[in-house]
Amino acid sequence: MKKIVPQIITLLLIILVFAFFTFNANVNMSNRGMEFGYGFLKRAASFDIQFSLIEYSRESTYGRAYLVGLLNTLLVAFSGIIFATFLGLIFGIARLSKNLLINKFAAFYVEFFRNLPLLLQLFFWYYAALRILPLPHETNGFYNFYMTIKSLYTPSLIWENLDVFLYLLGFSIILIFIINNYFKKIQENKGKQYPILLISLIILFIIPSFAFIFGISSIDIEYPVYKQLSKTSGTFIGGLAIPPEFIALFLALSLYTGTFIAENVRAGIEGISKGQKEAAASSGLTQKQILNLVVLPQALRIIIPPTTNQYLNLTKNSSLAAAIAYPDIVLVFAGTALMQTGRAIEIVSITMATYLSISLAISAFMNYYNKKVAITEK
Amino acid sequence: MIIDKNTAKNDVLTKTYIGIILISLCLLNIVFASFFSVEILKFLPKKIDLSFTFIIGLIGLHLIRSEKSDIKFIHYINTNTNNNNFNGFLTLCILLLILITIPPVINWFILDANFTGDSKDACTGSGACWTYIKVWMRRFVYGMYPNEEHWRINLSFFLVVGLGLIGIFARGQLRKFITLYYVIIYPIIAFLVIYFLISGGSFNLVWVETGAWGGLSLTFIVSFFCLIFCFPVGMLLALGRRSSLPTITYFSVCFIEFWRGVPLITVLFMSAVMFPLFLPEGVFVDKLVMVIIAISLFEAAYVAEVIRGGLQALPRGQYDAAKSLGMGYWRMYIFVILPQALKLVIPGIANTFLALVKDTPLIFVVGLLEIVGMLNMAKTNPKWLGFAMEGYIFAGIIFWIICYSMSKYSQKLELKFKTDR
Amino acid sequence: MFKYLKQLTSLVAMVAVLFTFTTESMAAKKSKTLKNTIKKGFVKCGVSQGLAGFSFADNAGNWTGVDVDVCRAVAAAVLGDANKVKFTPLSAKERFTALTAGQIDVLARNTTWTLTRDADLNLTFVGVNFYDGQGFMVRKDSGMKSTDDFKSGMSVCTNIGTTTELNLADFMAAKGLEYKLVGFEKADEARDTYGAGRCDAYTTDKSGLAAQRTVLPNPDDHIVLPETISKEPLGPVVRQGDAVWEDIVRWSLNVMIEAEEYGVTSANADSMKTSNNPSIKKITGAEPGMGEKLGLDNDWSLRIIKQVGNYGESYKRNIQDTGILPGTRGPNALWTKGGILYVPPLR
Repeated sequence: MKKIVPQIITLLLIILVFAFFTFNANVNMSNRGMEFGYGFLKRAASFDIQFSLIEYSRESTYGRAYLVGLLNTLLVAFSGIIFATFLGLIFGIARLSKNLLINKFAAFYVEFFRNLPLLLQLFFWYYAALRILPLPHETNGFYNFYMTIKSLYTPSLIWENLDVFLYLLGFSIILIFIINNYFKKIQENKGKQYPILLISLIILFIIPSFAFIFGISSIDIEYPVYKQLSKTSGTFIGGLAIPPEFIALFLALSLYTGTFIAENVRAGIEGISKGQKEAAASSGLTQKQILNLVVLPQALRIIIPPTTNQYLNLTKNSSLAAAIAYPDIVLVFAGTALMQTGRAIEIVSITMATYLSISLAISAFMNYYNKKVAITEK
Repeated sequence: MIIDKNTAKNDVLTKTYIGIILISLCLLNIVFASFFSVEILKFLPKKIDLSFTFIIGLIGLHLIRSEKSDIKFIHYINTNTNNNNFNGFLTLCILLLILITIPPVINWFILDANFTGDSKDACTGSGACWTYIKVWMRRFVYGMYPNEEHWRINLSFFLVVGLGLIGIFARGQLRKFITLYYVIIYPIIAFLVIYFLISGGSFNLVWVETGAWGGLSLTFIVSFFCLIFCFPVGMLLALGRRSSLPTITYFSVCFIEFWRGVPLITVLFMSAVMFPLFLPEGVFVDKLVMVIIAISLFEAAYVAEVIRGGLQALPRGQYDAAKSLGMGYWRMYIFVILPQALKLVIPGIANTFLALVKDTPLIFVVGLLEIVGMLNMAKTNPKWLGFAMEGYIFAGIIFWIICYSMSKYSQKLELKFKTDR
Repeated sequence: MFKYLKQLTSLVAMVAVLFTFTTESMAAKKSKTLKNTIKKGFVKCGVSQGLAGFSFADNAGNWTGVDVDVCRAVAAAVLGDANKVKFTPLSAKERFTALTAGQIDVLARNTTWTLTRDADLNLTFVGVNFYDGQGFMVRKDSGMKSTDDFKSGMSVCTNIGTTTELNLADFMAAKGLEYKLVGFEKADEARDTYGAGRCDAYTTDKSGLAAQRTVLPNPDDHIVLPETISKEPLGPVVRQGDAVWEDIVRWSLNVMIEAEEYGVTSANADSMKTSNNPSIKKITGAEPGMGEKLGLDNDWSLRIIKQVGNYGESYKRNIQDTGILPGTRGPNALWTKGGILYVPPLR
């Protein structure tokens, strides 16, 4: 009885608060003649988006605009995660080096980028650093890579019959998975080690390349070609054009998150007690085996949870694209679409639901991973 | 044989000396090139010049490397930077990088920069124009707050910080009330200060609307008040999450996971654009209040997780002992558990505060101009175009000093509390 | 006898009711906004975050501009002092929300009058204080002389969330050109990005182009192309539903234009009181009655003209003398002088 009363009170309070807000919202919306509904997603957007991974034009619907924004967010988040992990690994390991200069250099990187606000770094890259780049007609480029103020123009690959290649790639990945499990089982049962990594790499490279060897798929390279737009300006057509908005966001996110990942990596490797390495060495394992079988599994156990948290932070921080003109979901959907339609509640709720789903997915993965590698203590 | 040992020693010494000479040559070339713009090896084409210098340096490092050199300085360099070829290579790269970048940086920052003057005409050098910062300094620190009223902001700053530090000096009997003080009394005092002193409107103080607050003082106000308000809420949420009542636990978990899953910028959008629809007709909440509430709720979720960690780390014995003394739920938490748990998580809270300070520039989306917003506004002023770099570097330096000192302090605290137990 | 008594009582009742109604309307017209404004002592005006010529604050916090003058006119009419205005700078995102939520009572933020905004967002546009059109600005040395010189692949800087963006999309689609839109929320950033060379063109309302051009590092390096690709009637906005407040704002603006049509300026307003022209008499308040219908006192229009000036003076002071559009007023001249400013008469 004692436990039920406070719960009922809390429940009533929560319901009251929600009812209050909903009632007010209803009153306000009917007063202003606004309606609530998600039907506006089918209306034509009538605005253009600078950078899109899928087909989009001004006749596409608001729903499609949402999709474009979402894909752009995932694109910058994904590339940022890869580069941040790379930086984190390098500088994390460098922090443990016996080389004083390298150690201090890595420490400088971590302390420098960690203590500056991300927004400030983003503004610096976009409004200060990338503004110094030359105009397209003023640059000679570097082996067909043109770094200009308008975009980074790179050659692009043109595929033919890409799906065959992708099917083979998928097939080889599944094969690698199966073989990995099989070999791991043998290793646990008999202690025999097989060069798993080597075999996996061979499969990964040989099987998809069958697509090319037998002439089914083919790649072509398209180079950016200068096109004059006016007497003093031009652009490059063909190839891939990466806008400076993306580059600035990518750089700022990676450099900033890389510092946290570096600290995690360092903590992970330092966290393994020396006794482990010494015991392994005294058991007769080679250096490489110690790394693979003793150090890395334990280090990963410590490193991965906080690093996954950092991946989540990076994805959320990509919403800062609203401050520069990168068309991610916040700028396109919760910015332009919101201002054009005025449907604040619907749009903001969809945006928040999107981010919540991403973060819940990553949390679920983290929980699953933690359970899998949890050390069962006696 | 003795003769062999001596010749071997002589060999090593010769090698070391040659190595030193080569390294010095390499470094001298670079130093001359970057510091004094003098090219010693001008007769060689540009690309070979750099690689030539680099290779000389590498060979030199290779030569001076030995297990244990007699010369102490060389031995120090060897053990710390030069154990093998790879390390030597990296060392040289980093050294060259530093030497090449320092002179232009110093040039831009100090040698070619302007420090004096009152208007754009004073910016004659090719370096930074610190005059710009000097002229706009008042705006950067106080925003658009009227000049004559700046003393009010200074006074509030000292008051709030002073009252906050009082808690550290509590002794003996007063120790019990620390939690109560920080959770209930201090926020109320802080709120009164902000309402009466900074905002004004009564006691003969001119009313300054929140749209005029800005600059570094706004950064301070927002971060401080958000920290003060998110602390009690975070604590309640942490307690709620560990509660035995399922409704409260469920609600706390939902609340925490919701705020931790969305980016701060969408929360601010929500408070600016969506929230007015949820208020009764005619009721209108000030923009700054809405922002502080939004950020406080947002950070409270993170603080809740930090405090939860602390609560979990306390030994069960504490809970059991308090219960066996007949303490009720609240007495146990206020006087026994929370003081200890909070001491454990101070570094975590310091980290959250750090993140909060770094997140304050985001309030530009609702139109409040703290220091980064003020910078953006100043850089588009017609009389002062083109000084974006100086502004960002100035703000960067300030933030860096604040954040670095705070993180170092929290590391010190963490060490101190680790050994305490 | 009793028959007449009944009729008499009903007559007396009717008269009494009529009497209370008229005294009501004579005392104060039913307008919550008006009541609140008088109670607060200032007009809550929403303006831009800094657009020269329309609403711009200097270092000391003094606001000037044609939009600012509309709000000051309302303040002069309602509160007697044109300076009793509180200006709230708003971004494009929050401008309509601030108005519907009650944070401001008049939105004078160079807002385009469109059907969608009128119907969808529950607002009322009370007039046009600036007839404008959207145009493009390019660098002079690019050699482009008109929008026919535009080529596929160019990049254009502009503001997002405004009619500008939609017009641009329509225009480029009609011309069949592919372009890259670089859109910012703040006009300053769009302008700076264009100035740095990232974009080949900058588009917004032509008045905005002129204003922003004066703020670029080398104004003479940029030209505004002659084509106007849309109609942009800019005017003040109020909440739908408060008819009295709508009328007050609408006629405060109209009186400024009427005054210019009849030659009444801030300098000669007092002396014009003695004129024989009935329109001038109404404008200067020499002939009473107009203010009463709006729930204001008699001198409301005289105060507007004396403290803020007529439309021509406001235009000259903010747009011509500041060098933004120093030439002829184009469509923003009176209908008798070749423009399209034609407001309903004060009668």
